[in-house]
Amino acid sequence: MSPGVAELLLQRLEREAPGPGPGGGLCSLEAAAALGLDHQTLVGAVKSLQALGEVIEAEPRAATRWELSAEGEAAARDGSPEARLFASVPAEGLPQSELLKLPGAQVGFSKAMANKWLRLDKEAPGGPRVFRAVAAVQDRVQESLRRVQRGEAAGLPERDRADLKRRKLLLEVTLKSYWLRKGSAFSTAVTRQETELTPEMIATGSWRQRPFKAYNFAALGLPPACGHLHPLLKVRSQFRQLFLEMGFTEMPTNNFVESSFWNFDALFQPQQHPARDQHDTFFLQDPAEAAELPAGYMAKVKKVHSHGGYGSQGYKYEWKVEEARKNLLRTHTTAASARMLYRLAQEKFAPVKYFSVDRVFRNESLDATHLAEFHQAEGVVADRGLALGHLLGVLAQFFAKLGITQLRFKPAYNPYTEPSVEVFCYHRGLKKWVEVGNSGVFRPELLLPMGLPEGVSVIAWGLSLERPTMVKYGINNIRELVGHRVNLQMVYDSPLCRLDA
Amino acid sequence: MPTVTVKRDLLFEALGRAYTDEEFDELCFEFGLELDEITSEKAIISKEQGDGKAEGASDTVLYKIDVPANRYDLLCLEGLVRGLQVFKERINLPRYEKIMPAKGEGQRLIITEEAAQVRPHAVAAVLRNITFTKERYNSFIDLQEKLHQNICRKRALVAIGTHDLDTVTGPFTFTAKAPSEIKFKPLNQSQEYTASQLMDLYRTDSHLRHYLHLIENKPLYPIIYDSNGVVLSMPPIINGEHTKISLNSRNVFIECTGTDITKAKIVLDILVTMFSEYCEKPFSVEAAEVIYPNGKTHIYPELAYRKEKVKPEFINKKIGISETPSNLAKLLTRMCLKSHVTGNGNNIEIEIPPTRADIIHACDIVEDAAIAYGYNNIQMTIPKTYTIANQLPLNKLTELLRLDLAAAGFTEALTFALCSQEDIADKLGMDISETKAVHIANPKTAEFQVARTSLLPGLLKTIAANRKMPLPLKLFEISDIVVKDASTDVGARNYRHLCALYYNKTPGFEIIHGLLDRVMQLLEVPPNQENGYMIKATEGSAFFPGRCAEIIAKGQSIGKLGVLHPDVITKFELTMPCSALEINIEPFV
Repeated sequence: MSPGVAELLLQRLEREAPGPGPGGGLCSLEAAAALGLDHQTLVGAVKSLQALGEVIEAEPRAATRWELSAEGEAAARDGSPEARLFASVPAEGLPQSELLKLPGAQVGFSKAMANKWLRLDKEAPGGPRVFRAVAAVQDRVQESLRRVQRGEAAGLPERDRADLKRRKLLLEVTLKSYWLRKGSAFSTAVTRQETELTPEMIATGSWRQRPFKAYNFAALGLPPACGHLHPLLKVRSQFRQLFLEMGFTEMPTNNFVESSFWNFDALFQPQQHPARDQHDTFFLQDPAEAAELPAGYMAKVKKVHSHGGYGSQGYKYEWKVEEARKNLLRTHTTAASARMLYRLAQEKFAPVKYFSVDRVFRNESLDATHLAEFHQAEGVVADRGLALGHLLGVLAQFFAKLGITQLRFKPAYNPYTEPSVEVFCYHRGLKKWVEVGNSGVFRPELLLPMGLPEGVSVIAWGLSLERPTMVKYGINNIRELVGHRVNLQMVYDSPLCRLDA
Repeated sequence: MPTVTVKRDLLFEALGRAYTDEEFDELCFEFGLELDEITSEKAIISKEQGDGKAEGASDTVLYKIDVPANRYDLLCLEGLVRGLQVFKERINLPRYEKIMPAKGEGQRLIITEEAAQVRPHAVAAVLRNITFTKERYNSFIDLQEKLHQNICRKRALVAIGTHDLDTVTGPFTFTAKAPSEIKFKPLNQSQEYTASQLMDLYRTDSHLRHYLHLIENKPLYPIIYDSNGVVLSMPPIINGEHTKISLNSRNVFIECTGTDITKAKIVLDILVTMFSEYCEKPFSVEAAEVIYPNGKTHIYPELAYRKEKVKPEFINKKIGISETPSNLAKLLTRMCLKSHVTGNGNNIEIEIPPTRADIIHACDIVEDAAIAYGYNNIQMTIPKTYTIANQLPLNKLTELLRLDLAAAGFTEALTFALCSQEDIADKLGMDISETKAVHIANPKTAEFQVARTSLLPGLLKTIAANRKMPLPLKLFEISDIVVKDASTDVGARNYRHLCALYYNKTPGFEIIHGLLDRVMQLLEVPPNQENGYMIKATEGSAFFPGRCAEIIAKGQSIGKLGVLHPDVITKFELTMPCSALEINIEPFV
């Protein structure tokens, strides 16, 4: 754009539109015509003046105009195809084959037939023949087009316009223009605005004299080049933090492969329990069996399952070491808790609070909310004299830290806890109570064979990490959260994890 | 958790009052049940087979109620109603009575040596002068199915057969025969089949085909005959048509055969306690004799009542309440555990009825007292347990490194620990035997064949699923891999790995190398040969020749870095060059 155009425009504004505000102003189309410029050139000048700040105001306008197409121009000049065709048919008629050879005959023929200007005699000797059906015709299409040429398009009935448009004789053209006024910083001289402060300006102090281009604060900034943490693992960090705040020590859970013994038998889960079915648990082919089980302890576990003891009737079935040896991918982190409690029992008893957050595996059918592996968070407290009321107290404290205060407890059944408690919270969105965790007091049949002293109770609870994460981040399909089919954009965009917020 | 479906109106009629859905839901919740769904036959059919099929189906409202897996006494309408009515103190728990028939008149079931080889146990009982209605009959059949699915472990442990006693003549013989020698007309069939033909017939039966494997490969199949050679049943597959019970049956012979005698006894107890309600003399059951091959005789059902003594303060202490002994006895009685205070209030004597096989320890009694007291009425207390929290050092290191890797511009991925053999072997140019991978015996799909031995395949698959994202892609993961290790008790162990990938139009080896330098800097391991880290050229099947280095730190090899081999890139359905780093971080804990 030559600066000349911008200056010409400014001078014209100064002359033609004295005041800023609604009173004065110019149409860019008229200005371009008056200055003898192409409209696009003038628009370029408007854009560059806008970039300078408040020099001018430019209000975009759009106008629709009707124009004739090339075909329309021809029809306005020579008549519509149907009228031209009518004129070509002599009084004695014309064979249809010959008629159709005439220019524009296809369109003209069908229109003329539709208007009943012509008639076709199919039985005529020598093939179908076309005759005039009326003596004279009035070419309304041509009249309408001529009216458009005279600038009277608005006066045409809507139906005629639409019809001519459909026939591609008439075009609807949108014309973009600007209404131009003086701006608050109007001047006829174009001054270049600075875009950025430079070290030179600071050194010389020239910034004091220079005008600066305004920033567009409505636009977004440049995203920082950065890495991102995975949303589920952000939740995992918060769960760890929360347990640590409550004084819980982290258990080692970095052993995905576990024996059935620690995963089930040590937890007093009978060997015929459905969870030990092939359909629910991943068993291993290699290494298929655990070579080593703690012999003395195992004998006690066997006895309590098959014959009872420690005040229990037992399950009264034939307990088999081969079942206990079967290796599997742990189905819950409670397997690790069992190992920790057994270790604890080998020392002089001191109260403990343990936690873990790690992966567990289930050979289940997969759907939008279930995967074959998920994360389980688990808390365990072992102390003398712990009651069910203590479990409920810890649960209330724990869930309050997750931002869940409306809790309800339901009696439940777990093979290794008694009493067992399912934790429900009121979901405001779903307007119903939903299960958020499972808990209980470990059975004596589990604790006493380990060697923990009588009178020591162990309370424990667990919950999945995926479910609260899906709720927190509004994710409906678990595959978008966990695994390789994750949507990285979702990872990039995920906010901070503040569970209680 | 088993789900019991009952007709709402029938349930309310039996309970003697109507509830709103909310009220009934609340009652279930309090009692440890869950009103899972309110539906109708019509709604179920239209949901499963489409609206068209539901035309003409019943609109009767059905409640689907989730029952705890150990409460076999709540698996039918009769039991649910009895449990809830006792809970709400509207009725007293009935006492179940075993009637011994006059000498020589009782039913006998003789187990032969052959049967004992295949299915060693059997129990039996008779329900005399029972009156069925359509609803009672259906409930009787449904309960058997629920028991089969749950405690009977899909008939593997116990299988139930119920027969119209008036169609047969005892004593009954439980034996085993070669499949070709067994021939009878099975339930709901119009002709006789041999056992071998039955196996073929049922192979396509949506219900029965699941039980065939229990005996299919045995040389002899279990079979029960009456004294005239009429087949009662071929457990655990099918009963005979001859003894089929009908609405008009008056006397029902029940046999349960199986491999677990304890469970067989429980199953029989549950069936007779639930349905003896409809006998002429309600809650009475006629005993039957079972004779083992060694001549030993047992009388069933056991219907054993057991007495337990628990101290009131024990119950109070375990729950965290302070109720009087008589209140505690009342609470327990409401749970079908008839209790009274003895010894000047020092003890509560509790009678465990035959319906409550789940009560095996004092802690089970404590739970029932807590349920009757109301879980949500118990005072919540914070334990005084004082402990100092510690993080697991390996996890602490992982957490710290994650933050700094993200700060270095890499994005964290979370990939599956399970994958296909192809992912960790073929696609990385390795043979599966080299990987030391742990193999899963029963994967449902190839995605769960092995535990991963490297984090690399998961990250490459993550990139493949995100090819539309702007380049470069920079990903990392710090997580566990699993390998076989004979030195551990289970024969396998995890290693905590750190893996990072750079995927762009240029390989960017220097970027991945720079990341390694940064990680080592964070771990305070200097770049030198003596006590720090160094990288040296090596070859790796996953890497482009000449573009792979081994990372040595603290005197040991901790992993590799390099530019990935084009074959690897192609096999993971990628198109751009890629460099990668994978190390074991456990030496730095």
